[in-house]
Amino acid sequence: MELNVLWFILVGVLFTGFFFLEGFDYGVGMLLPFIGKNDVERRIVINTIGPFWDGNEVWMITAGGALFAAFPHVYATMFSGFYMALFLMLVALILRGVAIEFRSKDENSKWRGTWDWMIFLGSALPALLWGVAVTNLIQGIPINEKMQYAGTFFDLLSPYTLVGGIAFLLVFLFHGALFLTLRVEGELIERSRKAAVKIGLLAALVFLSLVGLTYANTDLFKSGLATSALWGAVAVFVAGYILLWLKRYGWAFTMSGLAIAFTTIAFFSGLFPRIMVSSLDPKWSLTIHNAASSAYTLKIMSFAALALVPIVLAYQGWTYWVFRKRVTAKELEY
Amino acid sequence: MEEVLLARWQFAITTVYHFLFVPLTLGLSVLVAVMETMYVRTGNETYKTMTKFWGKLFLVNFIMGVVTGIVQEFHFGMNWAEYSRFMGDIFGAPLALEALSAFFLESTFLGLWIFGWDRLSKKMHVTCMWLVAFGSNLSAFWILVANSFMQSPVGYALRNGRAEMTDFMQVITNPYVWGQFPHTILGGLVTAGVFVTAISAYYLLKRRHLPVFKPSIKIGLACMLVSTLLVMGTGHLQAQFLAKKQPMKMAAMEALWESADPAPFAIAVVVDQNNKKNSFEIGIPGALSFLAYDKFSGEIKGINELQEAAEKKYGPGNYTPNITQSFWTFRVMVLSGLWMMLVAALGAFFFYKKRLEESPFILKLLLWSLPFPYIANSTGWILTEGGRQPWIVVGLQRVSEGVSTNVTSTEIWISMIGFTVLYGALAAAAVYLVRKFILIGPVDEKPVLSVLTKKKEATLWN
Repeated sequence: MELNVLWFILVGVLFTGFFFLEGFDYGVGMLLPFIGKNDVERRIVINTIGPFWDGNEVWMITAGGALFAAFPHVYATMFSGFYMALFLMLVALILRGVAIEFRSKDENSKWRGTWDWMIFLGSALPALLWGVAVTNLIQGIPINEKMQYAGTFFDLLSPYTLVGGIAFLLVFLFHGALFLTLRVEGELIERSRKAAVKIGLLAALVFLSLVGLTYANTDLFKSGLATSALWGAVAVFVAGYILLWLKRYGWAFTMSGLAIAFTTIAFFSGLFPRIMVSSLDPKWSLTIHNAASSAYTLKIMSFAALALVPIVLAYQGWTYWVFRKRVTAKELEY
Repeated sequence: MEEVLLARWQFAITTVYHFLFVPLTLGLSVLVAVMETMYVRTGNETYKTMTKFWGKLFLVNFIMGVVTGIVQEFHFGMNWAEYSRFMGDIFGAPLALEALSAFFLESTFLGLWIFGWDRLSKKMHVTCMWLVAFGSNLSAFWILVANSFMQSPVGYALRNGRAEMTDFMQVITNPYVWGQFPHTILGGLVTAGVFVTAISAYYLLKRRHLPVFKPSIKIGLACMLVSTLLVMGTGHLQAQFLAKKQPMKMAAMEALWESADPAPFAIAVVVDQNNKKNSFEIGIPGALSFLAYDKFSGEIKGINELQEAAEKKYGPGNYTPNITQSFWTFRVMVLSGLWMMLVAALGAFFFYKKRLEESPFILKLLLWSLPFPYIANSTGWILTEGGRQPWIVVGLQRVSEGVSTNVTSTEIWISMIGFTVLYGALAAAAVYLVRKFILIGPVDEKPVLSVLTKKKEATLWN
C-alpha cells in the first residue's frame, strides 16, 4: 500500500480512537453537574473516567502529532486557519484537565462547584468545536492557491457546521450517559439511563439532520464506503437506543461507540484522498499527496507507528481491565 | 512585523510557563519512584506516607505541565505555520514519536498509579511510577531532538522548498541532543532535589513530622548534591560544544565583540549593542579560552567577525542576538547552579555530622533556595532560544519567515492575553493547593471526601 494512504488511514484510526474514548469522557464531563446531585455522587461520576481521561486525551495529541509528521501542510493550514476555534478549545482543555485534578483537593463547596462547572464547560466546548471542525473539512473552507486559509473565524460557522457541532455534542453526551450506566451503582444508574433516554432521542434527530445536510452540502455520498458507513452509523445508533430501552447497557454502549466510529470513518472516507477541501477551487484542496511529508519520513514513521500502536492499545486496554469494577461510594480513595 | 513580535512573546510566555512545571515532573517522578521502591523493599509504612505526600504535590505539578503542554503542541501550527510547513518533515516525527512512545505511557500509568493503590500489587504499583518517570524523561528526549535540529541541523536536505529528513539516525544522534538531553534531565533532578530538600527543611525547622522528613531531606540532599555537580559538568561540555558549533551564541553569552586569543572571561559588562561594544567590562584574562579548550590559549571568535561572516554567507542583515540578554541569562543560570551546589554541600555536610536539625540557619538557607532551580531553568532556556536569533532554524530559516501569514495581530493579542490571564489564575490555584498541603503535612489519609450538601442543585430532568 502506498504510504500516503497508510498514513491517511492511521490518522483516521487515531481520530476514531480519540472520538470513541474522549467521546464518553466529554459526555461524562458534561453530565457531571446534572447526574451528580451531591458531592459524593459527583466524585463517583468523575472517578468513572478518573484513571482514563488523561490517557484518552493523548489520542488527540497523537492525532495532532501524526498530522504534523505525515501531513505538515494540513497541520499548518488547519491550525493557523482554525486559530480562534483552537484557542477556545485549548482554554477549555486546560480548564478541564486542571479542574478534574484540583476539584477534590479542597473542601470548600464554592471551590468544588466552580471546578465542576469548568469540567462541564471544558467538555462541552471541545465536543462542539470538533463537530464544527470535522464538518468544515468536508464542506470546504476558503483555502487559496498557496494552501493558506483565506477566511475568518466566522466563516467556519454555518448552519451545516453548527448542526455538525451540536450533533457531535449530543452523540458524545449519549455515549457518556451509557458509559455511566456501566460504571456507577444504584440510583445513579437509573439517573444515567433516564438522561440517556432523553438525550438519545434528541441526538438521533440532530444526527439525522446532519446526515441530510451532509447530503445537501458536501460530496460525501459520492463515496460508496462513506455512504454505507454513515447509514451504518444511523443504524447502530438506533440499535443502541433500542438496547438502552431493553436495559442492555453494555451492548447499548458498544453501539454508541460504533456509531461514533462509523461516523468518523464516513467523514474520512468521504474526504479521501483530500484532507481539507478548498471551497474556492477543488484544485487547491489539501490532499494526501500535496500536503504530505517525504517518502522517507513516512517510511520511518510507519515503522514506529506499527511497532508502538499495538503496545499502547495493550496497556490502555489493560487499564480498563484493572478498573472494570463499578465505582462505589465506599471505595472513593481519591 | 508586529505579528512576529507578538508571536514570539506568546511563545516565550507559554513556553517559560510550561517549563516551570516540566523539570519538577521529570525529577520528582524519579524521586517518588525511589521512595515507593524503598517502601516496597522494606515494608516501612513511613516510606508509604512519604510517597503519598510527595506524590500529592507531584500530581498538582504534573497536571499543570500536561495542560500547558497541549498549548505547546498546537501553537507551532497556530502561530508558526510557515515554520511547520518548512520543518514538518523533520520536526513532526519526533513530536509524533513523543506522543506515541512517551505521553501515552506517562498518562496511562499515572492514572493506574493514582487509582491503583488497592487494586494493584505493591510491585506492580511501584512499576507504574517508574514507567511514569521513564515516559516523562523519554518525552524530554524527543522534544530535545526536535529542538536540537533547530539549533544545529543534521541529517537533512533542502528539497521541494523545505527541509526534508534524509537520515533519521543522524537526527536522533545529533551531538547537540547529547549535550542538551543530559543537561535537561539533570536540571530536572536538581529541581526535584531542591524542591524536596527545601520543603523538608521547612518541616525540620518547624519540628513537625520528623519521621517522614528526615529521610526525605536525605534523599533530597543526595539528589541535589549529585545532580548539581553533574549538571555543571554537562553544562560545561555543552558550552565547549557551542564554541565549535554555535560560535555566535558563545560570543553573545560572553559579550565578546572582537575575536581574541587568548579570550578573557567577562565577569560583568555593560553592553552598548548599537555601537557594537561594551561601555564597561571586567574580566579574567585567558579564562574563556580555558573554559572552551581546557588551555589558556585558543581563539574565540568575536561578534563583529561572526556578523561579517554571516553577512557574506546569508546576505545583508542582523545576525547578532540580544547580547545583554545572552550575557546575563548565562551568568544568572551559572550563579544559581553554583549557589545550589554550595548549599547542597553545606546541607550534606551538616547532615553527615548529624547537626542539620540543630542548625536553623542551614535549614533556612535550604528552604530559601527553592526559587533557584526555577531561575536557572528559565534563564537557561532564554539563553538557548534567544541566542539562536534571528534564526528559527539556524542557517535555514529566519524567525520572521516562520510566522503564520494568515493570523492577524488581533488574534494573537486575544490568545496571548487569554493564556496569560488563564495561566496566572491557574498558578494561583496551584500555589494555593501546594501551600495548603504543606501546611497540613503528611497526615494519615482521612477520607478525601467530606460530604458537602448543596442546597442548589443543577437539574435538567427529574
